[in-house]
Order: sequence, then C-alpha cells, then structure tokens
Amino acid sequence: MPSGQPPGTIATWIATWIATWIATWSRALDGFRMATGLGIVACLAGVAVTVSTALASPQETIAGAARKVVKIHGAGGVRGLEAYQTGILVSPAGHVVTVLSTVLDADDITCVLDDGRRYRATLLGVDARRELAVLVIEGEELPAFTLGAADPAPVGTRVFALSNLFNVAVGDERVSAQHGVVSALVPLEARRGGYEVPYRGEVYILDCTTNNPGSPGGAVIDWRGRLIGMLGKELRASGTGIWLNYAIPLATLADGYAGIVAGGAASAEAAASGPAAATRFDPASLGLVLVPDLLDRTPPFVESVAAESAAFRAGIRADDLVIAVGGRSVATRAAVQQALAALAVGDPVRLSVVRGGTIVECDLGPRPEAGRNRATPGEAR
Amino acid sequence: MQWKVASPRRGPRARPAVAGCVAWAVACAACGAASAARADEVPAAVLDAQQRRIDAMRRGSAAAVAIFAGEAGGGSGVLISPDGYALTNFHVVQPAGVAMTCGLADGRLYDAVLVGLDPTGDVALVKLLGRDDFPHATWADSDAVEVGDFCFAAGNPFLLATDLQPSISAGIVSGTRRYQFPAGTILEYADCLQVDAAINPGNSGGGLFDAAGRLIGVNGRASFEKRGRVNVGVGYAISANQLRNFLGLLKGGRLVDHATLGATVATSADGRVVVSDILETSDAWRRGLRYDDEIVALAGRTVRTVNALKNVLGTLPAGWQVPLVIRRGGRREEILVRLAGVHAAAELARIVEGKQQGTGRPAGDGEGPEGPGRGRDGRGDGSPDGKARAAAVPAAVQPFYEPRRGFTNHHFNRVELDRVVRLVAAAAPQPPRGRWTLVGRLATGEPFRIELSDTEGVIDLPTGTTRVDATGDLDENPSPPGSGGMLAALLLWRRLLCEGPARLGRTSYWGGVPLDPRSLGERGVPALGDMLESSVAGVELRWTVAPEGMVKGVDLWTAPDADPCEVRFDAVSPDSRADLPPGMPASITVRHGNETFGVFRVESAVLAPADAAARPSEGGT
Repeated sequence: MPSGQPPGTIATWIATWIATWIATWSRALDGFRMATGLGIVACLAGVAVTVSTALASPQETIAGAARKVVKIHGAGGVRGLEAYQTGILVSPAGHVVTVLSTVLDADDITCVLDDGRRYRATLLGVDARRELAVLVIEGEELPAFTLGAADPAPVGTRVFALSNLFNVAVGDERVSAQHGVVSALVPLEARRGGYEVPYRGEVYILDCTTNNPGSPGGAVIDWRGRLIGMLGKELRASGTGIWLNYAIPLATLADGYAGIVAGGAASAEAAASGPAAATRFDPASLGLVLVPDLLDRTPPFVESVAAESAAFRAGIRADDLVIAVGGRSVATRAAVQQALAALAVGDPVRLSVVRGGTIVECDLGPRPEAGRNRATPGEAR
Repeated sequence: MQWKVASPRRGPRARPAVAGCVAWAVACAACGAASAARADEVPAAVLDAQQRRIDAMRRGSAAAVAIFAGEAGGGSGVLISPDGYALTNFHVVQPAGVAMTCGLADGRLYDAVLVGLDPTGDVALVKLLGRDDFPHATWADSDAVEVGDFCFAAGNPFLLATDLQPSISAGIVSGTRRYQFPAGTILEYADCLQVDAAINPGNSGGGLFDAAGRLIGVNGRASFEKRGRVNVGVGYAISANQLRNFLGLLKGGRLVDHATLGATVATSADGRVVVSDILETSDAWRRGLRYDDEIVALAGRTVRTVNALKNVLGTLPAGWQVPLVIRRGGRREEILVRLAGVHAAAELARIVEGKQQGTGRPAGDGEGPEGPGRGRDGRGDGSPDGKARAAAVPAAVQPFYEPRRGFTNHHFNRVELDRVVRLVAAAAPQPPRGRWTLVGRLATGEPFRIELSDTEGVIDLPTGTTRVDATGDLDENPSPPGSGGMLAALLLWRRLLCEGPARLGRTSYWGGVPLDPRSLGERGVPALGDMLESSVAGVELRWTVAPEGMVKGVDLWTAPDADPCEVRFDAVSPDSRADLPPGMPASITVRHGNETFGVFRVESAVLAPADAAARPSEGGT
C-alpha cells in the first residue's frame, strides 16, 4: 500500500492490521489462550481506532525511524564473529548508542547512515556492565531519537525492530524492519556459550525473531515511531537454552548513555585501549599480573603482584596457580579473565590459588569499577 | 549465511496428523468466536478489514501449488494463468526432473510438466495439466511495494500440505531491492523483497502476496544461521516484476540466462560507480563504454552503488537491449546496450544437466529434431540412453515434453511460436506476393525508392542505387553500404509477412522483449512484445512483434559478434496511415552500430499481385 494516504484510510489500515493479528494470534495460541489473546486484540483495536487519526502509516513510521539507525562496520569477519552491527543515533551532534561487542574492537569503526553517508566513528565510552557503548560521528543536525526517562512499554505493545541483520543492507540501503509484540518485561537470565551474562536487568522479550547476526544495537520502536529499546546480543536463555529475542529498555539505555557521557575522562580513557579491555575486566586492576596468554590453554599462573595492591593485601604471590574464582573452578588464564569479567562492580572477588601443594583462599575485596584502574604498561593482554 | 529453502524429502503421505495451519480458516473460527463474545464492541471497519484479509488469503491459497517430487522432496508453486502455468524455484524442480505431481487447495492432484528454467534467477515455470480454468494469482507491481507493507506467503512449509491445504504465514515487507549473492554463478537473488513472514524449508517457490492478495513475488530463500534451518524472520522473494521480465522466455521452453554488461564496476574514492574493466568483445564496448566511465542509470533505474547496478542487471534477461546512461568528463550520455549472457549456453546446460539427473534431458541431442513426435513416444532419440530417459517421463506428460539442446522443453517453444504466427496472421491479411514498391522521402527531404521481390531488392538513394540478389545467401556484402544489411532485412521482412513466421528458414520463439527499450523506468514492468528468432539465407534475425500482431522491428546479423542492422517499423497500418496497405509502416528507421543510417518516411506503398512478377524457386533455406 502506498504511503502518504489520506488520514481517513489510516483507520482502515490499523483495522486491517488487527485482522492480521487475530490470524497470527489464533495460530500461535491454544484454545484457552486464544480467548485471552482475542481479549487483548479487541482492547488494542479499541485503542488503535481511538488514536488512529494521530498515527502515520506503518510505512512512514518505519521510514522516519530508519533514518535514525546506522549500520556499523568494525572488527570481525572470522570464526563466526560478525564484523557488523547496528547503532541508534541519539543526538543531532552524532552520538550513536550501540551494544558493546568485539565489532567495536577496531581502530576503524564506520557508521553508514540511511542515505548512504559514511562516517568514521570514535568510541566515546563504554558501560561494561550493561554492555553498552557510545560512538561519536562528526555530523551536524543528524536525525536522532531523544533518550530520556520513560515508562516501560506495556506488554502487548506492537513494535517494529529496525536492524542491520545479516548485513543485508549496505550503503544507502535501508536497515531491515520486522514486526512483533512485547511479550514480557523480565530480568535477563542468559548465557553466551557456557558463560553466564553478568547483566541481570530487565529486558523486553519480543515475539518475533529479532536478535540475529548484525541485529545488536538495532532500534525497537512503537507504532508511533518512539524508541522503546535497543536489540541486544544474540543470547540463549539460561534455563532452556533457546535463543532469546529481546531488547534493552529505553530507561536502561538512557541511564547507560548518561553515565558514559558524564563518565568523561575515565570512561574515555577506558575506551582508548579498546572495548575489549573494558569488557574483559583486567586482573591488573587488582594488582594481579598473570603469565602471558600464549597458548590455547595457558595455565593461570601468577607472574607478579603489584605492591600494595588488592591482590598483594589478599596474600597472593608470584608463581601461585589460580584454580577458582568465586568458588568456580578455572583451568585457563582466559577462564580467569572471563570469570572476573562476569562479576558485577562491587561483587566480592575471591580467588583460590595453589601454592606448594596447598590451596589458599584469598579475598580481594569488592570488584573495582571497570576501567578505573588501567592496565599497567607492558602487561600482556 | 543464506541457503535456499527446498524442503528435505518427505512424501505426501508422511504424516497426515500434522496438517498445515491455515490461518484464514482459523481466523474464520476466531472471527466467529470474537463476534459471538463481543460483537457489540468490534467496530464494523475492523470486521470489514478482517473479511478483506480473509478473502485475500483465500485467493492466495487457491493459487498455491504443493509440489511433490517423490523421493526428491518438494516445495511450493503459484499458479499465474487459467491454463495452468505456475512459477516455482529452479532448486525445487531440479531434483524432480521434467514431470511432477502438484496438489491444489481444491484437494486434487494434477500432473505437471517442466516448461522453462532460469537457474541463475532460481526460477522455473511448470504447467499443470488437465484444466483450462485453474484458479490463479493476479500480478501486482512489485516496484511499488514499500517497507512496512503487509504481506503473506502461501505454500507448503516442511511439506506439511499432506492434505494439500497450503499454509499461510503473514508478516511485513522488511526490505526492498535487496541483493543476495549467488551460489557460484546461479541462484542469485537480485532486487528481491525481504519479508519477516515465516519462510521455511518447503515454502520455496510459493507465492508472496500483498494485502489485496495479489502476487508480489516468489519466495525462495531465507537467512539461516546458528538457530538451524528454520525461519529467523528473514526471508527473500524474487520480485514479481523480475518474473514478468523473464516470463516470455520461460514460456518459450528455454533455458534462460541472465544479463551482464560485459563490464565490471567498482566504487570510486568519491563514491561513484565506475567501469573498472570491460570486455572489448561486448556490445557495451562497441557502443562506446570505456574504463572509468561513471554509470548513472541502467534500464531506466538510477544507479548509485555497485549493488544497485547488480540489482538492475539481475532482473534483466540476456539479449535485451536497454538504455545505459553514463557520465564522462561531466558530460551525460545515453546509449542503447545489448546485454550479453552471464553464462555460455553450454555452461548453463551443463549446470542443469549436472543438477538434474535421471530426467528426460538428452545429452547428445543436436540442433536437428524438427519433426513432431520426437521425445513424445521415445522413438525419436536413437540412442539407447535416450530411450531410457524418455521412458522415465510419465505417459500423461509425454505429449507435452520434447527434449532439445538449449531448451528446457522444446514442446512449449512450438506452442508459443504457433501463438505468434496466429497473432501476425490476425493483424493483417497476407499481402500480395508480387513486387513491392515503397516510395517516400528521407528525413533530409531527399527522395528514396525501395523495390522488393522474390528475386531481388533494389534501393534508390541520393547516394546511388544498390541491388541485392534475393535468391542466394544474404550475408555477403551487406548493403546498402553502411546500413549493415538493410536490403536483406527488408527482403526477409517481406517474406515473413507473405509466408508467415513459421516458414521462414529455421524460426523459433525467443521470448518477451520491451517494445520500446527507452521507456524502461524506475517502476513497473515495461510494455512487452514477442520476439522471434530466425536463421535463414546465411543471416540471423530477431523480429519484434507487438501484442496486436504488427511486426515492429527486425535486427539482422551477417556475422556473430558484429553490430546488427536494426530496422524499426513505426506507425504500421492499419494502426495509423490507413492510406497505406495493411502491415505497411509510415516510417522505417535503420540503425547500424552507433549511427542512424536513415529515417525513411513512406509516402506510398504499392504491393503488386503475385502474377505481376516472375515467381522464382524457393531459395536460401
């Protein structure tokens, strides 16, 4: 259907859509739930018709919002790691919110706008706990969403997800649009591989397959074109192992963005060494220097301990072998780093080390803020 | 990663309990429940819209075809005409061979025969047999489809249609004009539609419909990755407009190829699309395309990225002539370029043969067989190998199948040729066979005189008189000089009108072509005519026939890979100029290479009766 229709036909459009939902819902739900579903649909119908005069067509809504979504190209392209994702423009000056990932672990990050304009982006800062990052591109008067306080979108809200999934959109091609419904607002309990995702905040669960390769950082908007969240990384649910389709709510996004922008120097300093340093929480910030990670399975021996550091105070010494972090056994140097990164800021850091055939428990106190303590120069990552 | 979505093998009777979830049927029930419970609260507009949606899905379902290829698996298709032509994917029919069984929503099974293949575009045309009143889809302009439009797919996902009822999956258009790289040199999805309606294995070849139930594409591909071979909200459909560009070629039973410019392009540092390499044997080179030229538009569509150029090219058949707009040193220039094929003919045949085993496709079938019956009864192909293959074609399908090299099914080339012969005959009565005399003025105002007979062709021009013997081969000394063979083209044009296309040397149906290449645009399908291909008297010709049956033009080659003589007949009587005899043009334009040889304004045309001239023996073929 063409865009730019007279307002009179918009109600019809909405109605047309609702008929679809009835079909979709009735297919997806069994008898009992169908009745509930129909109830909700009927309510939605009422709401939709009431507000229909104020709504643009779905085509116009998508086209307008897509101008505020960028395709991000960075590091990757090997071993199943994509070199692309999505970002959301949140200021006319060129601030882009996206998901903190290995894609950003590159000297050269490119953002491509809806109209094909390409910008080289710089990493302003990251929020390792929420896995958010803010990029800046040098633009002026760019189309942008406004981040701010917002009530959560109610369950049942119909949404569009706009993302650079599978990198199918290049240059001036528009990001992909998918449709769905907010199914739930629940705490995230997910894992990536065998590794529990540290973030436990609430996320929107969506009823459509939105979280694909390249989708992270994509915009989730409601039918009025308002941003309600951002698509996260591809994750599996901890309990069931199924792939999740979820979005980080606007409020979380706004908090993270405000923190990164206000974080200023510290945040930017952390960012300067690349996001990997921030994601992979650096043991050096505890004064702990492990042997260089040269092999696939380098045993986590302690190379040295900085004087007067948390590690030193906890009694860790050179040549100790770390065997557990927080009671979970770790076999490799990489596992130690991952286990430390999994801890939230402020969580107690407890290491079990082997020294001369004896296990020694060491309490290093609360985990410091990510990036506050820079890695000591020369330390091998 | 992208994969085609043919379903793994599963027979029609595999698991009857798992019926496809037919949304419209369920929706009907839901609608009933809703109106019973809260009838007073559902606005009439909502119910109307719902009813329209149900109707659209019912129409889509009626046109949906469930294709079963026995042990080989199966997929979906969509009927596009009452006489049973249905589109599907090459990768669906490829394991099935030339015959397959198709089920419709009416609960009946039909025999179907393979008609035409486009392996590059992953398209196949099949024909269901036994009815002339099949329910069928109507076309929509896929260039008008927008992101956010409602759409639905009707098909046979996971081969669930054991009761022959298609499954409906609904969604929105996620992207338009997407480019999906080919697997090797085939299965390229250019300018395709991306949808979040579930496209699963088995949906391949099925129709994608708009809110009104009109056909906007044929589903065939989806992005699959770590979640396994199930839908992840990313499916792709070949656009309806691309399918319509190729439909004529497919109906002619051909093995169809896609187009290439004969040049590669790259994005320059300042973001322009420029020629990075070009074949000096290509038509584009002969028309003047050179290294570093900027490509501005092709076939009426603006080109800003390399992908955009691939998108346009991917929707065009090899052999079409299309306008190319280039910019060189700030100057804009438009040239007409004849598009070459992506594959050599033999290469394409090898791809299909390699993929299609145990079918009736002959390996050693040469140029020869013209007589009917070859392939029909299995006797025409002398080799025991051929007999074995022909025997594999079921009896119901054999009358509709005729193998021939370079064709998917030559039987349908005869069908289309017959149709055009009838079209031409109906447009104008057969003109008298005597000497034809066309007199008029050139665009410069100077007079000309053309005489055509069975024995000779003569043209008087201000530059002198030229004569051609019509009884011998016509490829020597194309004349008049500089025309590329205008007299030969006119002599054969006269024979075509007098004898009918089928009797002119070796003539076959080529396919659909734009009547006016310069009218190609950003949106919609161009007005298409039929093209015939002839080989006679040492020359090769391609005739353009308007839907009304008038011969609108002919291109004549005296040598391959050379520029043809291009003759265009305008304002053909009785369309206009009723004073001229039927079939005679008011204007003839002759082009050769980059030059217009002449524009001939016909003031009078005298067609003498047959006995007025000596009747020579038939020659040349």
